[in-house]
Amino acid sequence: MRGLFLLILAWAILSGASAWAADQTVTNPTAANPTAANPTATDPISVRIGYLTRAEEPRTPLTFLEPETDDEGAQGARLAITDNNTTGRFLNQRFELVEATVPTDGSVEDAVRDLAGQGVRLLVADLRKDDLLAAAAVPEARGMLIFNTRAPDDDLRNERCLPNLLHVTPSRRMLADALTQYLVSRKWSNWLLVVGRTPEDEAFAEAMRAAAKRYRAKIVEEKKWTFEDANRRVDTGHVTVQSETLTFTQAGEHDVLVVADEADAFGEYLPYHTWLPRPVVGTQGMVPTAWSRVHEQWGATQLHSRFEKQAGRWMRPRDYTAWMAIRAVGEAATRTRSADPAALAAFIKGPDFTLPAFKGQGLSFRDWDGQLRQPVLLAGPRMLVSVSPQPGFLHQNSELDTLGDDRPESRCRSR
Amino acid sequence: MSIARGALLALLGLATLSPAEADTIFVSNEKSNTVSVVDGGKLQVLSTIKVGRRPRGITFNHDQSLIYVCVGDDNRIDVIDVATQKVVDRLPSGPDPELFVLEPKGRLLYVANEDDNMVSVVDTEAKKIIGEIQVGVEPEGMGISPDGKFLVNTSETTNMAHFIDTSTHQIVDNVLVDARPRVARFTGDGKFVWVSSEVGGTVSIIDAATRKVVHKIEFAIQGVPREAIQPVGIQITGDQQRAFVALGPANRVAEVDAKTYEVKRYHLVGQRVWNLALSPDEKRLYTTNGVSNDMSVMDLERGRVVKSISVGGAPWGVIVKP
Repeated sequence: MRGLFLLILAWAILSGASAWAADQTVTNPTAANPTAANPTATDPISVRIGYLTRAEEPRTPLTFLEPETDDEGAQGARLAITDNNTTGRFLNQRFELVEATVPTDGSVEDAVRDLAGQGVRLLVADLRKDDLLAAAAVPEARGMLIFNTRAPDDDLRNERCLPNLLHVTPSRRMLADALTQYLVSRKWSNWLLVVGRTPEDEAFAEAMRAAAKRYRAKIVEEKKWTFEDANRRVDTGHVTVQSETLTFTQAGEHDVLVVADEADAFGEYLPYHTWLPRPVVGTQGMVPTAWSRVHEQWGATQLHSRFEKQAGRWMRPRDYTAWMAIRAVGEAATRTRSADPAALAAFIKGPDFTLPAFKGQGLSFRDWDGQLRQPVLLAGPRMLVSVSPQPGFLHQNSELDTLGDDRPESRCRSR
Repeated sequence: MSIARGALLALLGLATLSPAEADTIFVSNEKSNTVSVVDGGKLQVLSTIKVGRRPRGITFNHDQSLIYVCVGDDNRIDVIDVATQKVVDRLPSGPDPELFVLEPKGRLLYVANEDDNMVSVVDTEAKKIIGEIQVGVEPEGMGISPDGKFLVNTSETTNMAHFIDTSTHQIVDNVLVDARPRVARFTGDGKFVWVSSEVGGTVSIIDAATRKVVHKIEFAIQGVPREAIQPVGIQITGDQQRAFVALGPANRVAEVDAKTYEVKRYHLVGQRVWNLALSPDEKRLYTTNGVSNDMSVMDLERGRVVKSISVGGAPWGVIVKP
């Protein structure tokens, strides 16, 4: 019995130590001596962060140019832990990622309880809206700070807001505002809106309608995409697409085609197939997004470089939001020198918090709805087109608050 | 001066030649992959030297016969012969070098490798990397003490200034500063290190002996949002009375009393000012303006910008040769 106990103890120490040593890859062995100036070389204080997602079919993009991915989000989280630990080395802090994947038919509530049981009080939730709300409602989650890194639903920032929930990923409204600011500053204010058939497509379309109203753009005509989703690889593919899309996109005079196809079922077929020669924007074409491979300003090159070395593919928006959430915890731990989740949560929500995230300015969370205010990229298929907020859209506090729900219009009452 | 001679000079329109007018200014242009050579007297571009891709960090060798420039996208350092204005050699640098500093003795170059969280030590005579120091995430700023004993490197994402003993290549201290530190600059007496924090919007003054932050300079400009104030380049006059800080998208240079740390004035320069250099006689300050693709010339005796000179695409670093 005692032998078994010693065996388990030895295993626990060694697995902890080897994980710690793995972060210490140094070419100059004398350089990794951060305690030289510190009198007590004590055990590092540990910050545990959970990462929760649900098992899904791999994402298959419509374009052949992007790979299928099944680890979006998780790779970003792992890179952030590595970045946090590089800094933590100097501060005697250690960051640990606890990853949990809810099986396809599994219960997200069980997963949250399990994580809570493992001592997780800071949770990165890469979940869709229903799973996210279910997770946040679990009693054990009350004492947690949950970072929403996936769900863009506007009601999560409004009627269904929660005190223990921070939103790292931009809301649909922020994305729509970012795109519309660019369109109206270019005077491309007359739109043909094409909407897909899924509820998510309709939600994005609704955000674009609201943005049109806010910025006085005009939806000249709205059409629903009624064709069946087709397999992306067929030998006789392009002929049908060409003729069908051509007639489908006939409409009154307009400046751009705004497409709402979050499901990525047909939007890629629209550019160059429209009846009038018009740019395609929205969920395809020029896309408002938190992150894209085309973005290399403000030092982003370095983040892409580290990510690609680790993951062997490009960094996607869900990777970036997971990275931001965990870096927010790291930044808080650096500034407070604490590992106490409550202290870290308070600092992250407080006035002194700023997160550098390769977007040209420090980011912070809005106190009225917990949304991370941030510049939004307008990404073309091969180059960055622009970054919103666009010049000229002013605000009394922060120009970033011209994107999304501002304080006076917020319908969040539960914070 | 006799009246006749004075009259003759006035007739010819010649002012008394001041040393500043003989200076030559070298500017690295990040986008056009060139180094612009500017005549300090005529304030015109004399020539343009083609270098490798993405030149940023630029510095003279010990006797100013050569210029070293980091060409980050080519992962090396190009060596320019000042007399012939041609690239004559290359030095290894480790991957993606952005900034570097030459030790006072003139032999070793300390190079920040942003992608690898490392500082490479390059022997300029042997043309080899002789050592590597592991630092924080995204090293950039490099400052060296006047006696060459301590190197300070800033890590942009770790938010620290690492103090490195140059004899052992060991980090002896790590000082936390505000978000995204860029440039580290020792004062001439070696007593303080100034570190700019681009996202934090401040400049931290670190006591080099105790390695504690003794002051933090904050900036506020009427009509300019706080987020636009992003300090990067720092220069301190030789008498340590004045310091100048480039404030990035705020399009201004702050003039600071280096003893009281009070901001005296903000000088409007070009767009997105990155770095700055004093003329050797300290009568002029030159700034590189990344977005407006020009270099501003500030007359320090008159206290204002007197000219903007178009240089290459996205000018970044600047050094001055008497």
